[in-house]
Amino acid sequence: MNMKTMITRLGTFLLIASWCTAVQAAGGATPPPKLDWSFKGPFGVFDRAQLKRGWQVYNEVCSGCHSINQIYYRHLEQIGYSSEEVKKLAAEAEIPAGPNEDGETHEDGEVIVRAGKPFDKIKMPFQNDAAARAANNGALPPDLSLTTKAHPAGVDYISAVLTGYKDPPSGYKMNEGMYYNAFYAGKQIAMPNPLSDDAVEYVDGTKASAQQMAVDVSAFLAWAAEPEMEDRKRLGIKIILFLIVLTSLLYALKRRIWSDVH
Amino acid sequence: MAGSTTDQKVEAENGGDTETRRDFLLISTVSVGAVGAAIAAWPFIDLMNPSADVLAMASTEIDLSSIEEGQSITAMWRGKPVFIRKRTSEEIESASNVEMMDLKDPEQDAARVQKPEWLVMIGICTHLGCIPLGQKTGQIKGEYNGWFCPCHGSHYDTAGRIRKGPAPKNLEIPPYKFIDNSSIRIG
Amino acid sequence: MTAPTWKNPLVKWVDTRLPIFTFMHHDLIDYPTPKNLNYMWNFGSLLGIILVIMIATGIFLSFNYTAHVDLAFDSVERIMRDVNHGWLIRYLHMNGASMFFLVVYIHIFRGLYYGSYKAPRELLWIIGVAILLVMMATAFDGYVLPWGQMSFWGATVITNLFSVIPFVGDKIVIWLWGGFAVDNPTLNRFFSLHYLLPFVIFGLVFLHIWALHTAKSNNPLGIDIKGDQDTIPFHPYYTIKDSFGFGVFLIIYLGITLFTPNLLGHPDNYIRANPLVTPAEIVPEWYFLPFYAILRAVPDNFIDIFGLLPVIIDAKTSGVVLMFASILILCLLPWLDRSKVRSAKFRPIYRQLFWIFLADCLVLGWVGAKPAEGTMLIIGRVATFWYFFHLLILVPLVSKYEKTRDLPESINASVLSKRTEIQVPAE
Repeated sequence: MNMKTMITRLGTFLLIASWCTAVQAAGGATPPPKLDWSFKGPFGVFDRAQLKRGWQVYNEVCSGCHSINQIYYRHLEQIGYSSEEVKKLAAEAEIPAGPNEDGETHEDGEVIVRAGKPFDKIKMPFQNDAAARAANNGALPPDLSLTTKAHPAGVDYISAVLTGYKDPPSGYKMNEGMYYNAFYAGKQIAMPNPLSDDAVEYVDGTKASAQQMAVDVSAFLAWAAEPEMEDRKRLGIKIILFLIVLTSLLYALKRRIWSDVH
Repeated sequence: MAGSTTDQKVEAENGGDTETRRDFLLISTVSVGAVGAAIAAWPFIDLMNPSADVLAMASTEIDLSSIEEGQSITAMWRGKPVFIRKRTSEEIESASNVEMMDLKDPEQDAARVQKPEWLVMIGICTHLGCIPLGQKTGQIKGEYNGWFCPCHGSHYDTAGRIRKGPAPKNLEIPPYKFIDNSSIRIG
Repeated sequence: MTAPTWKNPLVKWVDTRLPIFTFMHHDLIDYPTPKNLNYMWNFGSLLGIILVIMIATGIFLSFNYTAHVDLAFDSVERIMRDVNHGWLIRYLHMNGASMFFLVVYIHIFRGLYYGSYKAPRELLWIIGVAILLVMMATAFDGYVLPWGQMSFWGATVITNLFSVIPFVGDKIVIWLWGGFAVDNPTLNRFFSLHYLLPFVIFGLVFLHIWALHTAKSNNPLGIDIKGDQDTIPFHPYYTIKDSFGFGVFLIIYLGITLFTPNLLGHPDNYIRANPLVTPAEIVPEWYFLPFYAILRAVPDNFIDIFGLLPVIIDAKTSGVVLMFASILILCLLPWLDRSKVRSAKFRPIYRQLFWIFLADCLVLGWVGAKPAEGTMLIIGRVATFWYFFHLLILVPLVSKYEKTRDLPESINASVLSKRTEIQVPAE
């Protein structure tokens, strides 16, 4: 058996196997529609204006319930804010100051706070999971740092869920305190529709339709999950080009060295 | 990696033209491979440099507006205590009227401050690294009314200069800048 | 072969006291290699390089990793976000594990096709199986470290397998955990083992190469080396060929790492471990899927079908036994296959069986990724049955009755005749 036949056969097996897998994968919740994101593909980059709008949506809407634990204020410089702007953004948040000189963290029953600094984590809405559940009918709003990496459909899934609220089909049995959303696993979600037209007033003047906000905040969350994406792709293109040159040279040298064997 | 495998000692059995071409090919392949290996080493080396979260803490901004004349605060910067004192005019005067020959580590008071009333220095005794006393009212300030290190009895004056005791040098001044009249950035 | 004479005085001084240069010269430069090796022989040295890449990236990751249940997940994310080039090193390590298994599986199937496990290479093959086992343990430990949902639940499910050991199973599981569930003590010891085991692999690889260089490399014809005319020195012929292969490998490896780094991973592992919530499906990494399928293949009424088996073996137990047997059985292969002919090239029936066996393993991998129910369960059972049927029944039978084709006279003669074949159309 020669190499070609072997490779062809192996290829056929893999093809069949992957086809079967693809057939299997469809099922469960409605698959989210694939949107055209600026950061898709090997050359795609984030749209900084969109990320800033997305941050605004997160900050003004989502952050009421959802933490974004892996992001620090200083990270916002990466989406186009200057260090001065970041300082101001951070200072708007009240961060628990920790024990004071007398070892106290509370004063008159209130947590002692200080203004946020760029090196602080983005302020968390609740002190702990139990507090988050208590405020949300027992449901825990998940942390948003890695949402697009934590779902197979990624960023498309987030934007689909945010725009997927509908009235349940007639006769559909809804559980108490749940909302119908075809894109969510089980089609019932504990989060009420968070976005309505003009829920925020965009700084850059873009019309804040619910659809626009959903897409913007999804892009922001994609950045939050993979802030290294642009560096990664840029490096990738350089490295692959370099390796093609090196490998071609190695192949030419191999041919030459082997020319006296066959 | 690829570079090391193609050694220079390829036997050239083939004559003339082929040989030079192979040599040229060999040299360029080894060079490109060596460049690749060198570049590949960089991410590993760079990984050990201070990371973004460490660098974010490398400078500290301090609001001075709440400090009154004759009062000191201790701030933390890169894991070390920084003494910040708003000096009284008497302290400034006594610090600037010292003869250089009386000093172990001669330094003008003016060279140790950016604004005469604000003295900013690292609060670690230059002898063996203890934290000198004198920051809080009521603490011993030593014979020169500045700071006193209780470990081995070093006395510092109102400019933080060593005057008496085993310490060899004045208290160190960290790099700092006034952002505006009432706040500084250390580092 | 004679020892080389060293011109450099320092090299000579060292070499007379510790012949490390002579040793390296013999095994990396002079090593007489069959001149007819095809590209399927690239993967052995490639695996050595991947091991080095994995150890290097792993050590640098450990500089920033914290093995504590409260901090592990965040420390990995800090590596991804704040540590200089941390994301690159971490993705290289993560995808390197997948590449390691991909290449090791190709390497194993190459050995199966060309009969590389047969005398005098039985021990070489068994050491190889040992390397595979330690690799699996290392990969499993490593997957737990990021402390995501799949880390936690994978660790829980796999460590629970040991509960099937009669009488002391439950105690052993508690001993493995260092507690009453997968928790901080478990994470700590897994980190320690994940750092240790690669060096065990390194030692086994050394033995593997030693055994190889004693028996010499097999080749696509599967016939023995008859003299110097059959071989060429390892350097420069195979150093350059392996370097070229490494270049091709790097393009694939870095292409995946830099453009689609999470392709081979599971999204659930980007959710922090939560002992109170089990993911909808617990799926191991792709390289464990065939074994996972075997684990789940045993029917509950297994004992009813084969009433002769001791009653204490229930479905769970037999699944676990089968899974470990599926790997350990490979150690017996040199004795199950009695055929004197090594290469499947000259074994028409075995060659067909080989491809069916490869397809069977791919089917097992595919079944392992699916929930064990309905058709999937039946396909899994058939494929599991075939796996053992092939190794335990078909291979011995075929090796006894198969009529093999005539072997060529020598490696050199075969290479020469191929050369004329190629030249004919050119004239």
